[in-house]
Amino acid sequence: MQRQVALIKQSLFDQGYLDEQFMELEELQDDANPNFVEEVSTLYFKDSARLINNIDQALERGSFDFNRLDSYMHQFKGSSTSIGANKVKAECTKFREYCRAGNAEGCLRTFQQLKKEHSTLRKKLEHYFQLARQAGPKETARRPK
Amino acid sequence: MALGGFSSELHVLAVDDSFVDRKVIERLLKISACKVTTVESGARALQYLGLDGPNGSSSALTILDKQDLKVNLIVTDYSMPGLTGYELLKKIKESSAFREIPVVIMSSENIQPRIEQCMIEGAEDFLLKPVKLADVKRLKELIMRVGEAKEGLTKSSSPKRILQNDIDSSPSSSSSSSSSQDVSSLDDDTPSSKRMKLEPKSS
Repeated sequence: MQRQVALIKQSLFDQGYLDEQFMELEELQDDANPNFVEEVSTLYFKDSARLINNIDQALERGSFDFNRLDSYMHQFKGSSTSIGANKVKAECTKFREYCRAGNAEGCLRTFQQLKKEHSTLRKKLEHYFQLARQAGPKETARRPK
Repeated sequence: MALGGFSSELHVLAVDDSFVDRKVIERLLKISACKVTTVESGARALQYLGLDGPNGSSSALTILDKQDLKVNLIVTDYSMPGLTGYELLKKIKESSAFREIPVVIMSSENIQPRIEQCMIEGAEDFLLKPVKLADVKRLKELIMRVGEAKEGLTKSSSPKRILQNDIDSSPSSSSSSSSSQDVSSLDDDTPSSKRMKLEPKSS
């Protein structure tokens, strides 16, 4: 079971879903705070769902307030960076570039991709945390080889 | 004992509009044996300090007397809606009651003019996000050192530099060996703004 958890985690890194920052967060876990990363992750997905909703609404209105969109995406990128959500972060960066170029089409396209990455990551992390909890607390605190 | 905070725990006021970042910085600081108060905006930070009165420092002096509320360090995000971290920094440095409190700015963007602007305004340091445990440990040592200098024990000519042989490895039980490796890998006393440039961030 623990080996399975380790393998899943390794693949998340190998496939670029997560980066170094996720490992940094795992280092902050201890016996008194064994679920810290899962707590941060839950917070992240709650918060980013709100941001996605705001951006969806802004885009649906059809008026491309690039400043506002860029501001939302700055927040999104920030929290994605803090949790180590590598692919999501990359899409945020792309989106901001399109904002700065005033490219509405690019924004829309990138946003669809961003939502996909976000949803994929959420599912993968939910699965990972569920297994990790079943396997026992030690596994999540360890760095992958 | 004028500076009560150094005989016990450092009390850090962390200011950030991001839920996620607040949670992370709180954890980083707690692991580093600091007492932490988090607020979500510059306005709330000023309120907490008692600096939000019409003439600036109305109730601040009563708060200062209370040992447990005395703030030893303020760590703030730069980009926040309303009052930015820079504006918060200015307000704190303008206040006679709080200008001595070191203020550290955090930002996800490595913008040199921004960094310089903050340092000129009196920021103690500038941290690039995502903030790591090694950053916080280094910061804590810096603050302790600044505190000692102010108590007149040592007159440090360049308070921002950390002398390698003076760093005692943190006895914090919850830190892993890898984090203490990070601290000792800062062999050259690279000033913090230069350190920002060397950060290999993949964007």
